[in-house]
Amino acid sequence: MSVTKLGMPKWGMSMSEGKLVAWLVEEGAELTQGMEIAEVETEKINGLVESPAAGVLRRRVAQVGEELPVGALLGVIADASVPDAEIDAFVEEFQASFVPGGSDDDEAGATTTVEAGGRTFRTTRMGSGDETVVLVHGFGGDLTTWLFTQAALAESRTAITLDLPGHGGSSKDVGDGSLATLAAALGDALDALEVERAHLVGHSLGGAVAVELARTQPARVASLVLIASAGLGPEINGEYVEGFLAAESRNQIKPVLQLLFADPAVVTRQLCEDVLKVKRIDGVQGALRAIADQVFPGGRQAIDLAGALAELDVPVLAIWGDADRIVPPAHATALPARARVEVLPGAGHSPMLEAAGDVNRIILEFLG
Amino acid sequence: MPRVITMQQAINEALLQEMERDPTVVVFGEDVVGGSGAPGEDDAWGGPLGVTKGIHGRFPDRILDAPLSEIAFIGAAVGAAASGCRPVAELMFVDFMGVCFDQLLNQAAKLRYMFGGKPRTPLVIRTMYGAGFRAAAQHSQVLYSMFTHVPGLKVVVPATPYDAKGLLIQAIRDDDPVIFFENKVQYTDEGDVPEEPYVVPFGEARFVREGSDVTIVALGRMVTFAEQAAEALAGDGIDCEVIDPRTISPLDEESIYESVENTGRLVVVDESNPRCSLAADIVSLVSQNRFDALKAAPRAVTAPHTPVPFAPVLEDAYIPSVDRIAAAVRDVVEAESRA
Repeated sequence: MSVTKLGMPKWGMSMSEGKLVAWLVEEGAELTQGMEIAEVETEKINGLVESPAAGVLRRRVAQVGEELPVGALLGVIADASVPDAEIDAFVEEFQASFVPGGSDDDEAGATTTVEAGGRTFRTTRMGSGDETVVLVHGFGGDLTTWLFTQAALAESRTAITLDLPGHGGSSKDVGDGSLATLAAALGDALDALEVERAHLVGHSLGGAVAVELARTQPARVASLVLIASAGLGPEINGEYVEGFLAAESRNQIKPVLQLLFADPAVVTRQLCEDVLKVKRIDGVQGALRAIADQVFPGGRQAIDLAGALAELDVPVLAIWGDADRIVPPAHATALPARARVEVLPGAGHSPMLEAAGDVNRIILEFLG
Repeated sequence: MPRVITMQQAINEALLQEMERDPTVVVFGEDVVGGSGAPGEDDAWGGPLGVTKGIHGRFPDRILDAPLSEIAFIGAAVGAAASGCRPVAELMFVDFMGVCFDQLLNQAAKLRYMFGGKPRTPLVIRTMYGAGFRAAAQHSQVLYSMFTHVPGLKVVVPATPYDAKGLLIQAIRDDDPVIFFENKVQYTDEGDVPEEPYVVPFGEARFVREGSDVTIVALGRMVTFAEQAAEALAGDGIDCEVIDPRTISPLDEESIYESVENTGRLVVVDESNPRCSLAADIVSLVSQNRFDALKAAPRAVTAPHTPVPFAPVLEDAYIPSVDRIAAAVRDVVEAESRA
């Protein structure tokens, strides 16, 4: 009978500790793998800890309110038949030998840069395997969009994130700001990363960039996962696009970022600060303006990729939150009939952050 | 892969990047080149503590050693700013402002106001402040409160390398005179700093640490001390919020009020002398504007009302310490609720 550790998760490179906000199940509860069992707060965002195994939650070791380093013991999962003494011995041994910040996986997910097509791209890589998944963030975002996604997809594949031009830690030169330029740049980055063919997962604008790459370089796209994707209909929340561009302070950006989520409480002061730090780098404002003018002029989407998508011979999965306030979930109807569509109740424009467990499961199932 | 550099390197990089971007940016002050004309390196000194080292090699015509006359070169900087340059002048130690204060108080601060908004005065004065350097009473003072008192001057006091670079770039691009305070014992402090140019806006405080029991407002070198005190107090179950205003003119009053509304308790940590100081100002503002939110009288932790002593043990005792900050927080928490 095996005993499984329930540890403090690591969501993104910058997370070193988390605070246990709540236990969602009682000690002694029967767990299935993937069941949500605790809520953890980080500097950036709150998330749900899922059970790594089926079994019984034998011990709740961490107390609500406790701040613990990544990897620390939250609880113990084991079959009901495992004797209590064995569970106690497991806890005792773990606590005696646990060293926070162990370097076992420091390299995985570390940010590096690659040069491609005259630009620098910030990128991270996790996992291994012949199949590669590339995660492409949306307008104004960066690779931290995928902090709950990358590790889950990397369990059986190589999972790569990168910052698009004009975003995060990549070069701020976006040329004309058009979708064609962004997709070509993504292709350049994949060349530099030696990725010949990949599953592309795109969020919002990143979805449209992924489709455009599939249209122009079909051989290198194995499948498309489009999360709240742009490019499938004319509507977009222009207040979001213009509000994001105009915001100069925490108090101005907060209500704008809240439009991305069904639950406005997700937007912490730290999240606002992180977004503003990027916006305040020279060249970012001009780059975002150029992209917005090309892709979302006057509060409408100037790109329509539904036709191109219908002609592509590539599997398509679309995921939407039913409470999306940026791009309407109804745009999924523009997808070809063969596409699989999942609409998640209670999630907003960023389901990979708000309903991470569901999104990860759906993507993994789709990728097979 | 965040890059870690020192406060000194962050300031140097901000100067170089702005000189690269804007040909009207010029640097001058005592020994900012240092040693030009002498055999060997052209900028053997690169500033009294080496902050401007390397600029002369890149921009030999745009960095000048000034004569030992603050009234002359600070006055020249004000004139240069009013006539099309963006000078960054270095007033070595802020203690020396006595000999050039008229140039700042009556000229730089008032040109835009007195001439109907027509002139701009995009001037930055970089200056060192702070005790702990064993440099005695005339090279150790913390005088940012005196500049804050003057309408027309902006006053910036960075606490971290990240803020130092972003605030200095913002200061250089600003069209008004900015006094930029650098704590001389913080030059070797390290932190994450992006390689690209970026700005940190004036008038937006940084929430260094979030907490619900006590608001600690701290500035410059005192921010690290406040963080250490908060860390120690957390072990006793006291949850401190630490706020760094970053700029004190303009001052982000709203963030301080927002925090005090949440905690009901205020401690201000200020390395300057206590009378008519930043600490006195913030305690006064909160008392006048958020009195009903307060559960206890605010406390200020400052230097005493004396010159900076030269005897090392006295100098160390003069500077607000982590222990004094923690003691003040405990006092405020334990004070009987007025309700």
